[in-house]
Amino acid sequence: MTSAPRDREIAVVAFAQTAHRRTSEELSEVEMLMPVLHEVLDRTGLKTADIDFTCSGSSDYLAGRAFSFTLALDGVGAWPPISESHVEMDGAWALYEAWTKLLTGDADTALVYSYGKSSPGSVRDVLTRQLDPYYVAPLWPDSVALAALQAQALIDAGDTDEPALAAVASRNREAATTNPHAQLRGPVPQGDYLVQPLRTGDCPPIGDGAAAVILAAGDRARDLCDRPAWIRGIDHRIEAHGLGVRDLTDSPSTRLAAERAGVFERPVDTAELHAPFTAQEVVLRKALRLGEDVDVNPSGGALAANPIMAAGLIRIGEAAARIHRGASDRALAHATSGPCLQQNLVAVLEGERR
Amino acid sequence: MSKEPVAVVGIGQTRHVAARRDVSLAGLVREAARRALQDAELTWADIDAVVIGKAPDFFEGVMMPELYLADALGAVGKPMLRVHTAGSVGGSTALVAANLVAARVHGTVLTLAFEKQSESNAMWGLSLPIPFQQPLLAGAGGFFAPHIRAYMRRSGAPETIGALVAYKDRRNALKNPYAHLHEHDITLDKVMASPMLWDPIRYSETCPSSDGACAMVLTGRAGAARAPHPPAWMLGGAMRSEPTLFAGKDFVSPQAGQDCAADVYRQAGITDPRREIDGAEIYVPFSWYEPMWLENLGFADAGEGWKLTETGVTELDGALPVNMSGGVLSANPIGASGMIRFAEAALQVRGQAGEHQVDGARRVLGHAYGGGSQFFSMWLVGDRPPDS
Repeated sequence: MTSAPRDREIAVVAFAQTAHRRTSEELSEVEMLMPVLHEVLDRTGLKTADIDFTCSGSSDYLAGRAFSFTLALDGVGAWPPISESHVEMDGAWALYEAWTKLLTGDADTALVYSYGKSSPGSVRDVLTRQLDPYYVAPLWPDSVALAALQAQALIDAGDTDEPALAAVASRNREAATTNPHAQLRGPVPQGDYLVQPLRTGDCPPIGDGAAAVILAAGDRARDLCDRPAWIRGIDHRIEAHGLGVRDLTDSPSTRLAAERAGVFERPVDTAELHAPFTAQEVVLRKALRLGEDVDVNPSGGALAANPIMAAGLIRIGEAAARIHRGASDRALAHATSGPCLQQNLVAVLEGERR
Repeated sequence: MSKEPVAVVGIGQTRHVAARRDVSLAGLVREAARRALQDAELTWADIDAVVIGKAPDFFEGVMMPELYLADALGAVGKPMLRVHTAGSVGGSTALVAANLVAARVHGTVLTLAFEKQSESNAMWGLSLPIPFQQPLLAGAGGFFAPHIRAYMRRSGAPETIGALVAYKDRRNALKNPYAHLHEHDITLDKVMASPMLWDPIRYSETCPSSDGACAMVLTGRAGAARAPHPPAWMLGGAMRSEPTLFAGKDFVSPQAGQDCAADVYRQAGITDPRREIDGAEIYVPFSWYEPMWLENLGFADAGEGWKLTETGVTELDGALPVNMSGGVLSANPIGASGMIRFAEAALQVRGQAGEHQVDGARRVLGHAYGGGSQFFSMWLVGDRPPDS
């Protein structure tokens, strides 16, 4: 239950990301992250010491070692000591934690970052370790296979077909042509089946990347940014883990989060959806009631660059950046986690009238 | 608009043991969560959000296990956050949950932390591969032992202080039914005769490896008014981090720990922690960290902490009891250990600590730390709401 109205306005005032690439083996995670941290601070003129709260998202399983986030902290420059936290989740949820911290009034500015390197291992196999360890993980069903189950369920329900999925793929990658950070820029062949009915073109590129966002409250946000992207609402919800108890053609958690975030109160002009697989965009468009008039994934979305643990935060950053530069007045940003869209976060960002 | 005051109205933990082979991960966390709900006389439907924490996923071999645990914790259809801040995570998790209430994002939040160490070998899980760490630095004890030596040299503390801490904590644990170690025949001589593991840390001065979970129900003023038992009120809470290694780092008394405590005391209006705080649950995984943290937390001047231990001030019936529950030295489900400190502090001010209750405890500190003495989280709880 969301209670009384909150009187603190909080905005995304800056966003930066890496050029996402298939591999960054010559860089450690800290080295990959550092330029992004510098860039996002430069955009606001803030220094590390000006940041009241820092929160990050990453995964030890991608890094292949325990406490991997502690090294990233060195990149932040946590000296003198800083008020800091970390979630073992996509950076979108780190942003959510930072948002609550700013709401309490204990902080006026927050730095949020996340990163993931998928290149050192086989990410399809790594993600199987996310599944129920007793009944599902021992079978090693990989992330593409599970997404294919979802795609087939959608096709069986008459919600889409393979040509429609191919159109989703080509539209996203076409949009990415103008995104210098994207890994796949411009159309790629749909290719052969990876796991039927998903072809290689229906699947996200595997790659490494990082992203960072700065949040600020009230007048501080106006000082730091000409046109802050105000977070009008943000909410996240999780569904059951067992795929057998879910309707994979729907995303009730996305719909509920969107309702709580106020998405349906007024139309949005832009939506950045974290849909790594084409069929998931179909599910999300339905849950979010997005019409043809909404510009979906002008960045190219996760089909153009999908650095795991950062791809959700990047959706919020991309939506905010469009508001910053006046290309959007009201944008929706979405992030997902877990198999087949198990957990979803939705934010509504707005620019002030010009 | 000021912050919503945060109250602890439900606390539950499992009986911490070396291996809970009778339950799955889901069964373990659900046991603690149900006990917290029972204590608060609430049901799953009363919970608006779940905030869960644990130490590295490698300890159980499940990546982001909260995805799988959503059903067991009644989180389906609700927001669920997963915190990971190394050893301090149990405390940080509680603070993230508390912020949701303080910011009025949610009315009532379930927060839980766990570790099922029997699923793997935590000592090697904590031993990073070369080149990230030099060889022969096996386990956390190998990392912390040199810093204890530095403290001994700096303070001139007698060699016996560590054993006194362990002897006290293990005796306190006998009064705590949830503690992992119940060593009924413990003596100071036995502690001092136990094998040396990482000089100067002996076997009996080391935390055990435990399976366990701890849960709390946090709510605001309205929820506290409906609570069946006296709530514990959060008077202050803070987190601080500093890098693992850097020139000038003081491993004996890290600046982040001092800053974190100072922030908590400022929020709570504490100016003399030694006099104004009635007890402390401090994260002491190796015995010597009691005197070290007493100084870092401002309970004693630099170099003087060991004297509080030696003179019995930190005993259960002393002027400043420390680790009344038996502490991390008597139960260490790593990811949960910080939350157990926070929860035990709350039990004390609620007057519900049973045999290890400190009479008249009104303000008690809960403390956790992690990484290379670099992540700190603390809260101070009281028997009355803030500003009353």
